[in-house]
Amino acid sequence: MRYLPLTDTDREDMLARIGVSDIDALFSDVPAGKLLKAPVDLPRAKGELEVERILGRMSAKNMAAGSVPFFVGAGAYKHHVPATVDHLIQRSEFLTSYTPYQPEIAQGTLQYLFEFQTQVAALTGMEVANASMYDGSTGTAEAVLMAHRVTKRRKAVLSGGLHPHYTAVVNTLSEMANDETVVLKPDVSASEDILSQIDDSVSCVVVQSPDVFGNLRDLKPIAEKAHAHGALLIAVFTEVVSLGAVTPPGAQDADIVVGEGQSIGNALNFGGPYVGLFAAKSKYIRQMPGRLCGETVDSQGQRGFVLTLSTREQHIRRDKATSNICTNSGLCVLAFTIHMTLLGQAGFTRLAEVNHANAVKLAGMLAGVTGVSVLNESFFNEFTVKLPKPAAEVVEALAQKGILAGVPVSRLMPDAGLDDLLLVASTEVNTDDDRAAFAKALAEVL
Amino acid sequence: MLNRQGRPTQAGAAAHAEHATFTGNKALQQIEPLIFEIGHHEATGVDIEKPAPFKSRLGKHARQGEIGLPGLSEPETMRHYVRLSQKNYGIDTGLFPLGSCTMKHNARLNEKMARLPGFSDVHPLQPLSTVPGALELMLDLARYLMTLTGMPAVALSPKAGAHGEACGMMAIKAAIEAKGEGATRNVVLVPESAHGTNPATAALIGFSVKAVPARPDGTVSVEDVKALLGPDIAAIMLTNPNTCGIFEPQIVEIAAAMHEAGAYFYCDGANFNAIVGKARPGDLGVDAMHINLHKTFSTPHGGGGPGAGPVVLSERLAPYAPVPFIHVEDDGRLHLIETREAAPAGNKPFGRMTAFHGQMGMYVRALAYMLSHGSDGMRQASEDAVLNANYIRAGLADLMSLPFPDHPSMHEVLFDDEWLKGTGVSTLDFAKAMIDEGYHPMTVYFPLVVHGAMLIEPTESESKATLDLFIATLRDLAMAAKGNDKERFTSAPHHAPIRRLDETRAARQPVLKWEKPAPAKAAE
Repeated sequence: MRYLPLTDTDREDMLARIGVSDIDALFSDVPAGKLLKAPVDLPRAKGELEVERILGRMSAKNMAAGSVPFFVGAGAYKHHVPATVDHLIQRSEFLTSYTPYQPEIAQGTLQYLFEFQTQVAALTGMEVANASMYDGSTGTAEAVLMAHRVTKRRKAVLSGGLHPHYTAVVNTLSEMANDETVVLKPDVSASEDILSQIDDSVSCVVVQSPDVFGNLRDLKPIAEKAHAHGALLIAVFTEVVSLGAVTPPGAQDADIVVGEGQSIGNALNFGGPYVGLFAAKSKYIRQMPGRLCGETVDSQGQRGFVLTLSTREQHIRRDKATSNICTNSGLCVLAFTIHMTLLGQAGFTRLAEVNHANAVKLAGMLAGVTGVSVLNESFFNEFTVKLPKPAAEVVEALAQKGILAGVPVSRLMPDAGLDDLLLVASTEVNTDDDRAAFAKALAEVL
Repeated sequence: MLNRQGRPTQAGAAAHAEHATFTGNKALQQIEPLIFEIGHHEATGVDIEKPAPFKSRLGKHARQGEIGLPGLSEPETMRHYVRLSQKNYGIDTGLFPLGSCTMKHNARLNEKMARLPGFSDVHPLQPLSTVPGALELMLDLARYLMTLTGMPAVALSPKAGAHGEACGMMAIKAAIEAKGEGATRNVVLVPESAHGTNPATAALIGFSVKAVPARPDGTVSVEDVKALLGPDIAAIMLTNPNTCGIFEPQIVEIAAAMHEAGAYFYCDGANFNAIVGKARPGDLGVDAMHINLHKTFSTPHGGGGPGAGPVVLSERLAPYAPVPFIHVEDDGRLHLIETREAAPAGNKPFGRMTAFHGQMGMYVRALAYMLSHGSDGMRQASEDAVLNANYIRAGLADLMSLPFPDHPSMHEVLFDDEWLKGTGVSTLDFAKAMIDEGYHPMTVYFPLVVHGAMLIEPTESESKATLDLFIATLRDLAMAAKGNDKERFTSAPHHAPIRRLDETRAARQPVLKWEKPAPAKAAE
């Protein structure tokens, strides 16, 4: 019990000072019979070494991405994180601080939130960004709710190219609140007719680019038609690195932009914690969910930062709040901001270029395997290949050979009848050897 | 200090007499500009080689023009963020007595475990055959949470406390709809003293909210609840121990009344750390409760997040738990159910809360913490947390006013500002003066049911010596406030990196990002 500083003598002295005979006297409000007499049925306290053994054994059973040729994406991507990032986020004053409700002694947190908001606005080409959401999927659901508030309508149109898990998260909230969603069919060629779905009853159109199949999408015509009908365009991305290479959603007149920021500074972590990016046009700031950090001055006129516009939030507005969220992904934001600062515009653009180059190379190699074809016209670092066999079987067979080959479309959309499709991602971490091993092994298992 | 554009990096810095040095810095107090003021669009702190020429597949979508992002070299980046960290107070810096938001020791062992490559470097969509250890960890965490709460099911995926609240309330809504009462049973009871997230969550899920009055002794009474019950009531959202730091004495009766009326009992588990190993929510009649892993099981707050908010569910709500969840096959193998359609018979998941499986990184930290403490240590931790809170209460009760003297404090003790009447010192002033004494202030102005509330939660992490010094400091401050030393408080803090900030200005004229100064200004 190395985390507990009180000694038995301390405890006796303290109980005496309080004026009670034993500790259970302080639990006197617990109804009779409900106070447990003994510890629950779980193992007793363990030393540090033993905990390391137990968790080390569990960890060793998993195939770590960095230990094999790795091509898995579909919403989470393996990138190199500079050592500086993990060192800095583990500094005590960042790691063990709390929500900056006392701004005078939380300027470190507040300043990096302000830097983050500026970076995200620049990347997405938007006017304002908040201090992050839980992740891209929950951010997307919040964006839909925000569009409902702005337009006072309750019907969202979701592209078939939206990550199916994101669609599911939006659907969950919409079903509960009795809002309507129209979900288009998955369409690997990105030729869906989303424009015909937009009319005066629609609150927002949600389109992902690059979409879940890797296709780059033209958002501008969708924004135009949406605006003509008083609806908003919500642009989604799951790979933030793509913004180093492609036209940002802000330049295509998106109203709200949501994305997953895990790629920059954050590990894969089997799905979380991640960092949701959320940006919008500035006329909507009072309808935005989540935390915002703003610049101000102190009593001596010096610049400082505070959490602001809290009149939108749950602790003031209660059941009239813009959302129930009272947190953000603080430490993941810090990792994102530090990594982004290290990259700068020059490094970020180069990172995007290398990602794209590696994906183009991989697409060429896989297309050279008999029976395999690449389906995308355009893509960034992820694309879809058609196989002569069910993709799930192929991925399993390749995993047995020590290659993590991608995500079978059937894992994301089991009922779509797209069992022969495989999503493949390539980033800067893949080498020529990795790609060659993948192509060779693929040829063997087909 | 001037940046590369020749612009002062600190509004008003030049005019500020205390900082009238050439650089604007004062001894070791560094004024740290924004990266946008010191960085450069060509600078970078990474070495990435240019790829060999290749044929782009971006089509017409290739980005045109600048992004507008500065870069810094690695040493500059290191210094910038180290300096920012030095302007922060964390639990490793000193006592952090925030009530309602537990700040306890963050064991570095947990950080080390979360960074094992088998946890941190695995993808949520890898073949399940390559991640048996990750599934095993999730199952173990689930078992610990179910045992500690006495509940038969748990949904792991919610990503924060408020997200967990939404999960629990969605399970309740799904159960009500399954009974065909969706159209009529649509009101949720929320006590006046509740966290603001509770009413916000109920509204988000499509319920309307009715307030339960607070009793003069800080608790909710079963009579008040019964008076509001009817066929329209879906659930009550009750925090226990409550936000006044009191264990609700009538909780069993309240739960029974809800069940009798065909409604559910959602328990806000934000203060579960007071009773871990001492009492089980399942024994009290709870149907759903979220657990803030970051509070109760000490995953670091990291400036406000990330959190993790698993939800335990009663037998009645278990079938509605969201996807994904782990299913143990008959042969003992672990399987992950990822869609509603794939759910085994008897399960009716209400949907999906988040893209992947939740906060794996937090699961590892929380389980490492639980393994370290063990069942005996977790029980001891709760007892010590309660003991420490009552010790502070005993040390201050003669000077500061207790709004609810009739109940023992659980893990946190609540004072009001009655004792400051006539001094000209407000709760906020008192909090800011604590900064000058080297402490993070307590939670102020919450809960709202008490005027000028001061909520102190020391947790089990603090030694008796630390508490004695803290009590002595607060006694000294209290005497000064009651004496005629008003100025010491109203202009506090004096010894922080920055003086008191103008929050009204920030809200009236929102500046939410750095803007490049106009060229004419830059030339000044």
